[in-house]
Amino acid sequence: MATKPFSVTRLPGFGAIAIAAFIALYAPIITLVVYSFNAANSVAIWGGFSLDWYRLAWENDQVQQAAIRSLVIATFAAGFSTLLATLAAVGTTRRGRFKGQTIIYVMINQPLMVPEIVTAVALLILFGAIRTATGIQGLGYLILAHTAFCIPFAYLPIRARLEGMDMSLETAAADLYATPWQAFRHVTLPLLAPGILAGAMLAFVISLDDVIITEFVKSAGQDTLPTYMLGQLRRAMTPEVNAISTALLVLTVLLLTGFFLITRGRQN
Amino acid sequence: MTTTAIEARAVTKRFGAGEITALDAVSISIAQGEFFTLLGPSGCGKTTLLRCIAGFETPTDGAILLSGSDITASPPNKRNVNTVFQSYALFPHLTVAQNIGFGLKMRGDDAAKVDKRTEEMLALVKMEQMASRRPEQLSGGQQQRVALARALAPAPEVLLLDEPLSALDLKLRKEMQSELKRLQSETGITFVFVTHDQEEALTMSDRIAVMSHGQLQQVGSPREIYTRPVNRFVADFIGETNFLEAEAKGDSVTLSTGDTLPLPGAGTGPITLAVRPELLRLTEPGEGDLTATVRDSVYFGTDWHCHLLLSDGTEVVARMQSPPTGESGIGKGQPVGLAFAPGALRVLED
Repeated sequence: MATKPFSVTRLPGFGAIAIAAFIALYAPIITLVVYSFNAANSVAIWGGFSLDWYRLAWENDQVQQAAIRSLVIATFAAGFSTLLATLAAVGTTRRGRFKGQTIIYVMINQPLMVPEIVTAVALLILFGAIRTATGIQGLGYLILAHTAFCIPFAYLPIRARLEGMDMSLETAAADLYATPWQAFRHVTLPLLAPGILAGAMLAFVISLDDVIITEFVKSAGQDTLPTYMLGQLRRAMTPEVNAISTALLVLTVLLLTGFFLITRGRQN
Repeated sequence: MTTTAIEARAVTKRFGAGEITALDAVSISIAQGEFFTLLGPSGCGKTTLLRCIAGFETPTDGAILLSGSDITASPPNKRNVNTVFQSYALFPHLTVAQNIGFGLKMRGDDAAKVDKRTEEMLALVKMEQMASRRPEQLSGGQQQRVALARALAPAPEVLLLDEPLSALDLKLRKEMQSELKRLQSETGITFVFVTHDQEEALTMSDRIAVMSHGQLQQVGSPREIYTRPVNRFVADFIGETNFLEAEAKGDSVTLSTGDTLPLPGAGTGPITLAVRPELLRLTEPGEGDLTATVRDSVYFGTDWHCHLLLSDGTEVVARMQSPPTGESGIGKGQPVGLAFAPGALRVLED
């Protein structure tokens, strides 16, 4: 008799551990979602089904402004970071291996490695100095900060897409009278589009739910949705926070599903 | 009166910090309308030379001329030369028709002209039915045709083909070989064809350049290359060859077996002789030019290959249509005579 190959699924307790892990992952989120439909004024005691908290959140001026601010920042940050990430990815992959390639990758992905709180404090100090020196206020600081930490998230899917692309395609374009710009515009860019879209969506999601850096960099009256919620938690907790969280969760899941479909659909 | 399409003047290409020499002062002149083949084993520099002509590589030294004008420094998009890539490199996001029209569009031809030329090209490679397909929906042979049509559409002065048939199976390869010949005679465009397949080179080319280690070994018609190889490399690489060591003495040579044969203009000193197996004939023992012993004989259907040992132990192969001693072949260890056909002995340069 041949022995069966080792499989973790046949270890004793595998099923139980798996179920426990899934409960740990999803029980809090399910609770959060369920209580967002609570008619009562509590996040822990069920008082019947209601959409009141969604309506309240929707009609809350502060929530509205925070939501709009979040979307504006995420849109600009995703746009800028994707543009920069595309340039970086084209620059690092559309050529042979070069000296210091790994160092460049590491440097581009710096935000993934530096603790977020460190970046937050650093930005607070830097932007504080700039504010004092120039007197310039506004959302620009937040957009700049978000752009910076979104770059690696946009960069990775774009680079992955480029690495899967035959270098001889651009050579063929050049052979067929395309100038370097035409080759990029008519060959590289259309083939890269799914990667760019995926990168932008990922960057958008990352920007949308950032708390730490936003909390440090924002000025008074510049709450985004996550920092507004953080502020609310310091006061009385109502299921309104649950409702906002659920809305944010749905938006994020939709975007990430889109990201998944784009990256999967174009790979084969 | 022939005009020159492509001329390479002492083209040298070094890679890395100069330690790898891919091309070593290669000079070559390819005539207008010629089917010219660069033949050699992998790493001999044939593809590098092709890439230098296309403009994907810049020679370290030397010049490349297209119809007499120096294009050494021109980028690929400024050269009226198109390439059929080994991987085809079809644009996956474009249809067959868009792929074929790409070069014309990039060159700035107007849409009507692009459409008309694309249709002509689709007809030329018999792919009219596939115009709106994507490359991934095509078979290897069909992709090959699209790659050809795409490269021919802008009517280049020279078409470069980088081992375009290597990815196809044998039957399809034979088909595409005659297809390529047809396309070349219909368009009249100069073809520069790279291959490591000697049979492909012999059957398709007007002229062949045999390359090895970045150097040209011999340039000539398939017949010249086959019947009059200049050196051991060419004789060995193209077809099967017997090599005989000999001592030249003016108008005769003395083989390592001690036999002396007349060979006008043999020169003096030690030489290597090349003899094609089909130019050797078995005779009765004691007749012919040499004596030999049969080591083995193998039936190939179209002919027999007899492996023979000469008196000094040198092995030679003779090829013949029918066995000399009846249908049963010849027995091992049997002594035979060996005769050279007129002109069979070729003196090699090195």
